[in-house]
Parts: sequence; structure tokens; C-alpha cells
Amino acid sequence: MAFNLVLFYIFAAITVGATLLVVVQSNPVYSVLLLIGSFIGLAGLYVLLDAPFVAVIQIIVYAGAIMVLFLFVVMLLNAPREEIVQSGMLESGATRAIGALLAIAFAGELAWALTRSRTLAMTSAGGRPSYSVSQIGQRLFQEYAFAFEATSILILVAMVGAVTLAGRHLSKERRPESRTRSLQDPNG
Amino acid sequence: MAELDHYLILSGVLFTIGTAGVLLRRNIITVLLSIEVMLNAVNLTFIAFGQFLGSSDGQIIVFFVITVAAAEAAVGLALVIALFRHVETLNPDAFRQLRG
Repeated sequence: MAFNLVLFYIFAAITVGATLLVVVQSNPVYSVLLLIGSFIGLAGLYVLLDAPFVAVIQIIVYAGAIMVLFLFVVMLLNAPREEIVQSGMLESGATRAIGALLAIAFAGELAWALTRSRTLAMTSAGGRPSYSVSQIGQRLFQEYAFAFEATSILILVAMVGAVTLAGRHLSKERRPESRTRSLQDPNG
Repeated sequence: MAELDHYLILSGVLFTIGTAGVLLRRNIITVLLSIEVMLNAVNLTFIAFGQFLGSSDGQIIVFFVITVAAAEAAVGLALVIALFRHVETLNPDAFRQLRG
């Protein structure tokens, strides 16, 4: 029992430390890699919570797919360091002060809500049930079948949207290409 | 054994770090990463509540949240690429003119 608590603190320390470094880092490549470390800590916490399915999803989908997408974009844009904010309407000092103030106010609000809520007294009465992947899959495809299908449409929409937004220059590039081809056609 | 409030406090800490990242950082990719941190903090709350209430609903909701996060990341990064092509910077303060 105490071993579980020790593991919780280890994983929590990994997660919080890596997440703090993500926000502090000025190089986005390090930020992305540290966030993967934070997700691995979170996956350990999910295992401690008897949710191995979500732990594996966290590693494969989040750390494996989404973060690689981030890393790909960071390296594609090749703008590694955060630039010093040039003097403008949004001066960096004032903006940061207001942002820090808002974040601190939000932390206080969360702490207040956590200390007030009665659910904190709720303990794990009896053993926690551990749901197998097949049980989750059955619920997903029976009770949540509509939401599941709606998610697939959402993914399709996001995919089309991403291609439309990011790949717009392709149509511009194709035009001169077709022009040159039409010029070359009489020669050939 | 770690109790529910352990997980809730950890989740609150993570969410606050994510909020601070969104508010303080002036790099749009780090802002997107901070949003992912916030989503993960909420996921942890879902899982913790689901397990301590003895229900598998938490895990199923987290499954959907991760799917939506993937869609959000794809569209967000596509927007970042499109914006970077126009202004050649990742500073969100530079994205002031929303004209085509």
C-alpha cells in the first residue's frame, strides 16, 4: 500500500517537473521532448489508477503520434528560439505581469475549490474495479456507438481542414507549372 | 495508497502550469503544448473520478478527449504553418491582422 503511494509521488514528480520545464524552456524542440516525458509520467499514474488501456493510449497516441506531429512542425518551421518581444502595444513586461497574476488567481481558485469540496473525503471503499480492454470496447461500441461515429467524422473534418489550411500554396505552385507545360507543349 | 484528493491536487497543479504557459509564453507552439498539458490534467481528473467511483465512463471519456485533442493539434498546427507563411514569426502578438 505504501509502495503505491511512493510510486504515485515518483510519477507525480516526473510529470510536474517535466511540465514545468515545458513551459519554461525557450527552445520548442526541448519543450516537445519534455512533454513526452510528462506524458510517460502520466501514463504511469494511469497504470496506478488501474486504467492500463488509457495508459497505453497515452503512450501510443499522445506521445507517439501527436507529439511527433508537433516535433515535425517545429522542425519544419525551423524557428527554434522564442524571439524577444519587440517594443509595441503589447509590452512584454505588462503582459507577463497580467498573465502571471491571472495564473496565480486561477491557482488560488482551484485550491479553494479543492479544499471546499466534499468529494475529497471520498475514499476507495472496497477494491477499485479494473476494466479490461474488451469491457471498454463493448461499452464504446454499444452505449457510445453514436459518439464514436461522430468522432470519426470529426477526425475526417479535421484532416480535410488541416490539408486545406496548410497545403494552400500547392494550388499556387501548380499554376506556373501548368503554364510552363503549355509553353513546352508546342516545342515537344 | 494514493487517494482521490492526491490525484485532484496533482491535476490542479498541472492545469495551472498549462494556464500559466498559455498566458505567459509568446511562442504559439508552446501555447499549443500548454493546451495539451491542460487537456491532460483534465484527463487525469476524469480517470481518477471514474476509478474511484467504480465506473469505466472516465476511461471512455478520456478516449474521446484524446481523439479531439489529436484533431485540435492537427488543425492548430496547420494554422501555425499557414500563419508562419504569412508573417514569418511564431509570436502570437504579431498575428493582429486577420485579413486574407
